[in-house]
Amino acid sequence: MSDTNIADLETFRQETRNWLAANCPPEMREPVRDEDDVYWGGRRATFKNDAQKAWFEACLAKGYTVPAWPKAYGGAGLSPPQAKVLREEMARIGARPPLSSFGIWMLGPALLQFGTEGQKQRFLNEIARGEIRWCQGYSEPGSGSDLVSLQTYGEDKHDNWVVNGQKIWTSYADHADWIFCLVRTDKADKYQGITFMLFDMASKGVTTKPILLISGNSPFCETFFYNVSVPKSYGDDCPAYVGQINRGWDVAKYLLGHEREMISGADNGDRAAAIGAAMKRHAGKTGDELDPVLRAELAMFDVDALAYSAMGEKFLDEIKVGKAHPAQPNMMKYAGTELNKRRHELMMAVGGSRSLEWDSDDTDGGKPARGWLRTKANSIEGGTSEVMLNVIAKRILDLPGA
Amino acid sequence: MPLYHTDDQAMLADTAGGFIAEEGNIAKQLRHWRDRDCKDGFGHGLWKQMAEMGFTGMLVEEADGGLGMGHVEAGIVLEQIGRNLTPSPFLTSSVLAATALKHGSADLRGRYLPGLIAGDSVFAVAIDETARHRPSRITARAEKSGNGFKLSGSKSFVVYGSSADMIVVAARTAGADDDADGITLFAVPKDASGMSHNSVRLVDSAMATHTRFDGVELDGDAVIGEIDGGRAVLDAMLRAGRVGAAAEGVGIARGAMDMTVDYLKQRKQFGRLIGEFQALQHRASHLYSEVEIARAVTIKAQQLCDASAPSADLMASVAKAKVAKTARLAVQEGVQMHGGIGMTDEYDIGLYMKRDRALAEFLGDAYFHANRVAELSGY
Repeated sequence: MSDTNIADLETFRQETRNWLAANCPPEMREPVRDEDDVYWGGRRATFKNDAQKAWFEACLAKGYTVPAWPKAYGGAGLSPPQAKVLREEMARIGARPPLSSFGIWMLGPALLQFGTEGQKQRFLNEIARGEIRWCQGYSEPGSGSDLVSLQTYGEDKHDNWVVNGQKIWTSYADHADWIFCLVRTDKADKYQGITFMLFDMASKGVTTKPILLISGNSPFCETFFYNVSVPKSYGDDCPAYVGQINRGWDVAKYLLGHEREMISGADNGDRAAAIGAAMKRHAGKTGDELDPVLRAELAMFDVDALAYSAMGEKFLDEIKVGKAHPAQPNMMKYAGTELNKRRHELMMAVGGSRSLEWDSDDTDGGKPARGWLRTKANSIEGGTSEVMLNVIAKRILDLPGA
Repeated sequence: MPLYHTDDQAMLADTAGGFIAEEGNIAKQLRHWRDRDCKDGFGHGLWKQMAEMGFTGMLVEEADGGLGMGHVEAGIVLEQIGRNLTPSPFLTSSVLAATALKHGSADLRGRYLPGLIAGDSVFAVAIDETARHRPSRITARAEKSGNGFKLSGSKSFVVYGSSADMIVVAARTAGADDDADGITLFAVPKDASGMSHNSVRLVDSAMATHTRFDGVELDGDAVIGEIDGGRAVLDAMLRAGRVGAAAEGVGIARGAMDMTVDYLKQRKQFGRLIGEFQALQHRASHLYSEVEIARAVTIKAQQLCDASAPSADLMASVAKAKVAKTARLAVQEGVQMHGGIGMTDEYDIGLYMKRDRALAEFLGDAYFHANRVAELSGY
């Protein structure tokens, strides 16, 4: 980076800092405790309070709900270094995201990569403005790790498909307006017989049923499709599928890589940090001491966590200049999620019996226990640890028959 | 600074990688000297060649005739030394002793650095006095005597001690055995009277000594840095040595892993390549993941060291511990996946296991450094 760019970036940082000081309400700088502390958007969305509304609207006007997207699609058109500065400055004051959604994290990147101009104009702007809340229809009861075996079928009826089948682990399907969904459109070709479809969850024949998890929460649903009619086009240059018909697996694979990067926490400093010192303070508050063996485990954990955070930094540096192995996100996802499970096991141990409380005020409604249970999904969702190891064996180590 | 090599560093890695694979490989060096029961445990010819390549004086300031490079560059050479199991005084001479001598007088630097840069001299360091690394406790004493000092006590695990032209010795000049202050570093020449070596061959075929100092008389100008104020220099030396040892350990881990993954692609049992078995694939993939992480934290520690960052000490211990754990995993999986032939002297994988054991012990193993990470973090 040239000196001029660094100077420009510092100017941008100062401007950003001033803008945040003027526009991010103090309430929006508090840590996120509950899901509705962040605005998720959608047709049925309401703001929790005025501060949340003001923060969302300020960001919307500036393009900061999706800062790195082009201005034409509702973003602010920030360069990667500028977007990093914005993230850093938001993190510095603890600013909550103004808008969260699977549209921003998943569908948006897919459309930016594979979408038509018409799709980008319509769907990206809707996502940026928080108008439509999307969910992701990937897994099926019989297709978890072996996702490509999925059976949900769209029968070709010329102008439309008639979709029948069932999805599972559909995050927030019961709150979503639209779904991006993998649908089999050719039963004869396993990989080149899947279409990446977009359709309205209000369509006739779509039903959702939340799944109660061991954490006591229901973030995931079963989603049923019974003779759902999906038009092939939503207007000029706006097909109902991303990429090509029967080539949805290309889009799905791209998004899985993207998802693994996110879940790995490579760009999330907090999740990669050491915990030993905080655990000692925590134990001190309850009058407990760390047993020598527990302290030793914390020390070994911190070695791994600090080393992994260096790996995260290296991975992001290498991605920027195309030096990272294309399958490296699988390694990051594997190592990062296994580490996070270990972190919560240790936090539970340090918390002792207090961390067992399920709904007390002292534990903010059982946060430690529910959080611990939630982490068990880390190494399952978005590709299990075992699938990650398979991919590393095949694509990086080039082992036979992998 | 991004956590990958600059173009210049990548070029150095190519050069060093090619040179050490050619001249420092296991057959030409480790096995050659071991099978001849060499009393030095390394080859002076290769040391001279490394000087010609400019490696021996990498960390020496340009004003003193060196290249003025940093720990990233030294780490590049050390990773290749690790990968080839090259017996070499590089870590003790060009990293540890060279770091100590940065704090020495012009006279001391003039006396020792030209020999190092030319590849004519070899240095050792004498810090530990017990079987496990414990630099907080220094009991060897140097008493004031005339214009100089009289050094008494003993040091253990002095790698290449009997071959060294000069040994950097950490001794106590004031205070109690476990005091942080009151340490002084001395450059003790090989011919110092009253110094005696009990040489031992180690499991990795390297030579070390248990060294005794019986009233060794030293001039005042043998002092490196400040009298009684040697702890800071000792810490700088340890930090450099640990980061360097981590880089060498990464080379051991990567060398053992590559050799093992290759073997999985050649060995057949039950009519299939054993690399087709998922039980082995998953273990190899896990190992790959750990090795990548160990590499990353080592580069991070090198960069922090070069920047003299406050967190360099913590990350040096994180790197040493992480690499020690990872290289241990690599050599254990290596021998196991090689099966019976992994136990034979003929195959190299067992040599990796032996070298890992010795290197991990040097300047503190994973337990020592994990404990240090906890202490530096405040718990």
